[in-house]
Amino acid sequence: MTDPLALDPVLPERERSRLTFADDVPHDERYRIFEEHVAAGGKVEAWDWMPDDYRTGVLRFVEMHANSELMGVLPEREWLMRAPTLRRKLALTAKVQDEVGHAQLLYRVAEDLGKPREAMFDDLLAGKTKFHNVFHYPTRSWGDIGIIAWLVDAAAIVAQQALRDSSYAPYARTMRKICWEESVHIMHGRDVVVTLVTGTPVQRAMVQDALDRWWGPLMQMHGPRSPREKDRDLAWRIKAKTSEELRQEFLGIYVPRILELGLSIPDPELRFDAVAAEWRYGEPDWEELRTVVTNHGPMSEARLAFRRLNREETRWVRDAILGDPQLAA
Amino acid sequence: MTATRPKSEGTSEPESPGVLEPYEVFRQEKDGDPMRHGGSVLAPDPTLAVHYARELYGRRQESVRLWVVRRSDIHDLDDPDLLQPPLDRSFKKPGGYVMRDKLEAARKQAGTMKPKAKER
Repeated sequence: MTDPLALDPVLPERERSRLTFADDVPHDERYRIFEEHVAAGGKVEAWDWMPDDYRTGVLRFVEMHANSELMGVLPEREWLMRAPTLRRKLALTAKVQDEVGHAQLLYRVAEDLGKPREAMFDDLLAGKTKFHNVFHYPTRSWGDIGIIAWLVDAAAIVAQQALRDSSYAPYARTMRKICWEESVHIMHGRDVVVTLVTGTPVQRAMVQDALDRWWGPLMQMHGPRSPREKDRDLAWRIKAKTSEELRQEFLGIYVPRILELGLSIPDPELRFDAVAAEWRYGEPDWEELRTVVTNHGPMSEARLAFRRLNREETRWVRDAILGDPQLAA
Repeated sequence: MTATRPKSEGTSEPESPGVLEPYEVFRQEKDGDPMRHGGSVLAPDPTLAVHYARELYGRRQESVRLWVVRRSDIHDLDDPDLLQPPLDRSFKKPGGYVMRDKLEAARKQAGTMKPKAKER
């Protein structure tokens, strides 16, 4: 008979999510344990010990994301009063509200990493921190609103879905909530586009014109190719995919959906290379991307000026909430 | 020991007015569900914290109840010596009882067969 002791199950190595350190563990040793932890897929919470460059890396990434959500509502906001039907107006209002909500959730994540919200607004308005390229452009027609809600949000969600497994757990959790809300925006945008392409010739031309103008910025949105091994954010698992992986994923899903509507994509080189199993496309204009994200885009200054004005106009609310002694006097 | 989390001293009275503090938000998705952590908001007092929580975690009718708790009021225990002692606790879990081979031996000894799925 088998020795019963030999049957006792051996428990798997217990996996600790928490990084625990005795106070006397030297910094280099902590750093090494931390790197092993995130490399193995471990998560980091706000209260865990983390190296300074991890903290600043996550903070920079989340702050840029928060800025983009906040600035991203401005192009759409301009169409709230011009939406063609009441239902579209309700949907667009809800989308704008959602994006501002995302900014608030993300600023909250960044605040817990140590940077106060007011400091983040200061840096954004002073041009010291950036927001996504696509929000530096004007919206010329209702067709733009369809293309933005459908394709800009789709390109964003491809990146955001990959962030649901970020090593920084508070960010990963927030991304799960945000992705759920973004999926509604994409449906709203696709519905706007499908409605327009089945409408009058003028409406159809309106969507094609919007797509022609937005395709360049959309292809630039994920950024230039960069080698995986050089990317610190990837090594820390703050993000999971390279810019080229995201762009390929976006093209794979959305090119067929654009083409099935009879729209044409303004890139003669765009095709799927079956042998290499990847999309080929005309080189995006990286100079334009650099120009735009450093606040030299067509609408950069106008958007920032509006944000500055808005911040001044709402100052009394913050003062009232925070009990500014000068107001009480 | 983990890095210390900022905690205010003792009292659960709100801090002096004008000081923003983090509040953790827990949400119940539908009746009977557990309360799950949703995220946090920053507010100067519990009333505004509840308003913010409603705005960020209940705007889409995705919650039937919210709990809003000042972060510094949470008593946190994460000491692995207490929660994850390095001892074999398999006897406390159903998976800790593996008897397939022993059962086989018992059936052999009794001259019986393994019951059909329905009768087990």
